[in-house]
Amino acid sequence: MNPSSPPVIEALSLERRFGHVRALRSVDLTVAAGEVVLLVGPNGAGKSTLLRCLAGLARPTRGSVRVCGALLQRDPAARAGVGFLSHQTFLYDDLTARENLRFAAALHGLDSVEQRVMDALDAAGLTQRADARAGVLSHGTRQRLAIARATLHGPAVLLLDEPFSGLDGASVEQLRSGIAAGAAAGRAVVCVTHQPGDVWQIATRVVMLSRGAVVLDIARPATLEGFVTSYNQALAA
Amino acid sequence: MSFSRAAVAIAAKDLRIEWRHRTAFATAVLFAVLVQLVFVFSRDGASVSLAALAPTVLWVMLALATVVTLNRAFLLERENAALEGILLAPVGPSALFWGKWLANLVLVVVVEVVTIPLWMIFFNLEPHPRVFGVGAVALLAAVGFTAPGTLFSAMAVRTRFAELLLPVLLLPFLIPPLFFASQATVRILADAPMSELSGWLRLLALYDTVFLALATMLFPAVMDQ
Amino acid sequence: MTADLHAIDRIMRRGRAITVAGLLALAGIYVLALGFTPAERSQGLAFKILYVHAPAAWAMEMAFVLVGVVGVLYFWLQDARLDIFAEASATVGMVFGAVLLITGPIWGRTIWGAWWVWDPRLTFTLLLYLLFAGYFALRSALRDPVERARFGAVIGIMGTILVPFIHLTVYLFNSQHPKPVIMAPQKSPLPWVLLEPLLLSFGAYTLLYIGFVTTRYGIGLKRAATEARDAE
Repeated sequence: MNPSSPPVIEALSLERRFGHVRALRSVDLTVAAGEVVLLVGPNGAGKSTLLRCLAGLARPTRGSVRVCGALLQRDPAARAGVGFLSHQTFLYDDLTARENLRFAAALHGLDSVEQRVMDALDAAGLTQRADARAGVLSHGTRQRLAIARATLHGPAVLLLDEPFSGLDGASVEQLRSGIAAGAAAGRAVVCVTHQPGDVWQIATRVVMLSRGAVVLDIARPATLEGFVTSYNQALAA
Repeated sequence: MSFSRAAVAIAAKDLRIEWRHRTAFATAVLFAVLVQLVFVFSRDGASVSLAALAPTVLWVMLALATVVTLNRAFLLERENAALEGILLAPVGPSALFWGKWLANLVLVVVVEVVTIPLWMIFFNLEPHPRVFGVGAVALLAAVGFTAPGTLFSAMAVRTRFAELLLPVLLLPFLIPPLFFASQATVRILADAPMSELSGWLRLLALYDTVFLALATMLFPAVMDQ
Repeated sequence: MTADLHAIDRIMRRGRAITVAGLLALAGIYVLALGFTPAERSQGLAFKILYVHAPAAWAMEMAFVLVGVVGVLYFWLQDARLDIFAEASATVGMVFGAVLLITGPIWGRTIWGAWWVWDPRLTFTLLLYLLFAGYFALRSALRDPVERARFGAVIGIMGTILVPFIHLTVYLFNSQHPKPVIMAPQKSPLPWVLLEPLLLSFGAYTLLYIGFVTTRYGIGLKRAATEARDAE
């Protein structure tokens, strides 16, 4: 944790109801540049909802989200600072990898689109498959493309929801090093996962949600085994 | 982020995907031809002439073909939650609406361009410059059909019964433009003077303006999550 | 939304009381209209259906217009109770619409000699009825109450703006209906003995509308409260 750097994303007393269900109850979360926050908790704890609120996809019932100081609900430009990968890829199966990225670039109003798209394809190791339709790519390749899409505009904060599910060992490793490189370059990362082992070594902080509230917010313990005890204690509390 | 650039990017993306397999286009044209056959075969040939039936068939065909075309608009955004990918970007919901509406309009107009000549052939209408008048009315009507249609298709797609709900929601809204357009068509085919025509065209244009503005205003409420 | 059940019961009791008052008033008007009001000159007994028909039309239009007005308020205040009211009002509007669509043809059979003629006001009622049938179809297909409220408000507002266009359309389409002559200021062709029960009937139907909507609103609140309790 680096308390001296200003927060990249800052959620204050977030509350979110779905009809009558309270998915989040007064959640505060501040993430600074370079931090990799692992967000854990049992099913239905509100992890995905929190991520969707941070991404600006779900409007919080109460509370606010600021990205680099700008209020996400008020200022659409603040969205430019956020990259989000949910369990969905947001890709059009009938467009090629290149076209998908071009479309994302246009939505973000980026300049020198062709160069950026080429660089992103290159970084994701997709140059060979650039003109294949997204629908025919393998699961791992599609996930790499989805990451490239989510980070094309160089967001200050990257939100990941179960990014590793269904990936093989090599793809996991590639994705992990990509996340680490981004964080080293000053990107804030929040990652929800059921397999914390996949990102444990690159995480700097662990936040645990239970029944819509933050019950644990600590620097990443040295070992996952050591954390399991605190997790179970927090769950029982 | 400029409004027009985002809207055009969204429309171009929709049309590119449609161009890839042309399913909506082909289905709508096929459907339009079938509607004409249904009319011709359920007509009493002895008492109802083809010429008398022609304007009716044209507008039933175009209205229903539009509904078929609109169904695809937001279904396409449902795969891989692509709509969320757009909402994540710093693009206002109005730009999204205009992009989707523009794509729908282009697609409907293309369907009209193909089906109106087919209608002329089936109903023995001589090629004559007045056909361009009918085309202009069809363009005006397409604006009025697709403006509420795009809004409703975004709502219907949130349910499991999108294809059923869209016509039920939309058809009451198509009655006024349908009526104005068919009245204008009857007068064009009868070579009526412009003075008899302009009132209907103005009503159609008024409907277009009001509902395009209203749908643009209400669309953010449909996207809000 | 956390209105306690006692308060809801109070609302529903009030709604039922108003409904009973409305029904009694309506019964009284019918005793007056059938027993004491003379038959109209040209239409005879068939004219008396007007005492049900015209006020039901008024109540239906009020019900549907309020759905649109409340829709605008909903986007402003974001209060779930506004949607519960809108749904109640639309439901009651459908009931009055059904009254219209039944009494209209009965009257038409006698006066026009046909159950259905594409008369502007009857056609208008039918279109409005279908519009709100779509409103309920969409509502029933949505599970999230917040989304249901938002989409309901959108359709309500769109529908309210569509109303003048439908008016225009049906009038341009055809007009065979007796023109609205009741309130014509220059000469009132309707004598007071015929007009009086009609005006009273407007009052009774307004009362009925308020009673029905209040009761439905109470039911809606109760359902929302139950859903909230189940969700916790």
